[in-house]
Amino acid sequence: MRLLEVEQDTWVQVIGVDGGRGLQDKLIQYGFFIGDRVRVLRRAPLGGPLLIEVDGREMALGRGVAEKIKVEALP
Amino acid sequence: MRCVLVGRPNCGKSTLFNQVAGYKAETGNFHGTTVTFTASKVRVMGTVLDLVDLPGAYTLSGASPAEREAQRYLDEEPVDVIVGVLDASHLAQSLELGLELLQLDKPVILALNMLDESARLGLHIDGTGLSERLGVPVLPLVASKGRGVRNLFVAALDAAQKGQAANHRYGRELCTPQARHTAGAELAAAFVRQGERHLTWRDRLDDALLHPVWGYAVLLLILYVFFQTVYGLGSTLEAPLLDFFSRLTDTFAAPFGVDTFWSQLVIGVMQGVTGGVAIVLPYLLPFLLGLGLLEDIGYLPRVAFLMDALMHRIGLHGKAIVPFILGYGCNVPAVMSTRTLEEDRDRFMAAALATLVPCAARLAVVFGLVAFYLGPVAALGLYAFNLFVIALTGRLLTRLMPEDTPGLILEIPPYRVPTARNVFNKAWFRVREFVVEAWPALIVGSAVLALLNFIHAAQYIDLAVRPLTWILGLPAEVGVPLIFGILRKELSLVMLGQALGTMDFGSVLSTVQLFTYSVFVVFYIPCLATLMVLRRELGNKGMLWISGLTVVVALAAALVSRLVLGLVV
Repeated sequence: MRLLEVEQDTWVQVIGVDGGRGLQDKLIQYGFFIGDRVRVLRRAPLGGPLLIEVDGREMALGRGVAEKIKVEALP
Repeated sequence: MRCVLVGRPNCGKSTLFNQVAGYKAETGNFHGTTVTFTASKVRVMGTVLDLVDLPGAYTLSGASPAEREAQRYLDEEPVDVIVGVLDASHLAQSLELGLELLQLDKPVILALNMLDESARLGLHIDGTGLSERLGVPVLPLVASKGRGVRNLFVAALDAAQKGQAANHRYGRELCTPQARHTAGAELAAAFVRQGERHLTWRDRLDDALLHPVWGYAVLLLILYVFFQTVYGLGSTLEAPLLDFFSRLTDTFAAPFGVDTFWSQLVIGVMQGVTGGVAIVLPYLLPFLLGLGLLEDIGYLPRVAFLMDALMHRIGLHGKAIVPFILGYGCNVPAVMSTRTLEEDRDRFMAAALATLVPCAARLAVVFGLVAFYLGPVAALGLYAFNLFVIALTGRLLTRLMPEDTPGLILEIPPYRVPTARNVFNKAWFRVREFVVEAWPALIVGSAVLALLNFIHAAQYIDLAVRPLTWILGLPAEVGVPLIFGILRKELSLVMLGQALGTMDFGSVLSTVQLFTYSVFVVFYIPCLATLMVLRRELGNKGMLWISGLTVVVALAAALVSRLVLGLVV
């Protein structure tokens, strides 16, 4: 499943990032790691970014980015 | 002795710096605002410390220009002690950078900042335990209220004088970001206890401010109130100040007779002085105070979130909204702030488009010419037209340079209560830039023009620019103010009076001419200061491209308004 498809307020775990080292390194710089638990807090309208919660902080991710993040549901 | 502040963006590092350094630095709540480092001398217990505030960095091995800058500084410069500023409300993430600092072979102390914020979240942090485990001092701090600042620097001095053996520290073996991430989480789990969380208005605020409908309504309202207040305050102050200075000019010039060299010089100098005090400052000051307020509250990243979708239409992402908003104050910080963008292409695009945004100086021109003679609706129309032209330019540029980044990645910091001290310091810092650097140029330029006028050289400049003014249907006399406008944009207004021989522009210029002239002034070549910054950020080539682009855009936009308005009016 992709982060983009996750329903609002559902906690999921990050299992991988598509799009090469570049994007993954960039996400790590912002404190977004594989294995982190995240949830989507809100979505901006008109194809705008997602507001997500990771580690008690909030981040905005463009849809293109969220599309590349692979997640799985938490048991 | 040199003491360096290092911390993640939004950890309150710059607030700490401002507490001790006073008005000499600026601070902000937006990711990576302090891209260049700032320094100040601070006296602690009789010793003078060189305090350096490095740009906010998520890691020392990062790739963004701001992070590389921080890394380079720590590697290359002599540093006596490093103060790692940690955000106590997000300890696990802050410790990732903290652990990286522990690996450097230099004395380190850590500051647990924003303890008020973490208490609000119900977090209890065992600072003593953390200090013992890490092997370095950990000090409590609430930088925004000045609590713990003194003790922190006393401890920093102590660490610098004693020196520290780095090999006893915790986590020397953690060499990947992933390992530090895990270690940070483990440390936080061991030393942070979650108590009851006090929900406040701040936790609910985003429900309204980021709402798909109300969020935009509030954004428009905030911008409307913002610009209305700036205009209200500015115009209230402008008229009496102009009046006062015009009488002052007459008094000063009277003893020198009429049309003599000295009387012309006095009038020229006084026109420069008047331009600064009566036309620019009344708008610039309230603008900068308001912007600082929005910045410190943490609203700007929310604007980036809301505007991301729209910004993509002009080929940029939401983060590039900051240069745009800053651009309304001054293009210089706007161009500087493009440094927070990661891609070269995004930086060029954002800088090019931000220089088309009418800054406070051009705001003065718009208000002084368009709003004053044609009414506020016309001024608003010019602003709308400006946005349209920027969007169009953005789309055309995107054709030439397609967007290839995946999109926005941005931290949204919690809302913070701004402190008056920070907001005033920041506004003062930016106003000082105007007073010290731009205003003298304004006065000298104004005097030079008066003298050129006296020896009748102005007509040769006018003649050189005549092809341009002719196409735009403007009188030849506006050539000089246009050329001097490159020095400082407000000169295009101030010197217009000098050039046309009257301050009542409505009597010599028609509606179409006033508007066309203003449109051209708003778009063409950014001022000298902006050109210098463009060269620093993008190199000579980038500066020349952007200058050329603005002239083409200005000419096209001014021609369109001349033709369209010519039909309507």
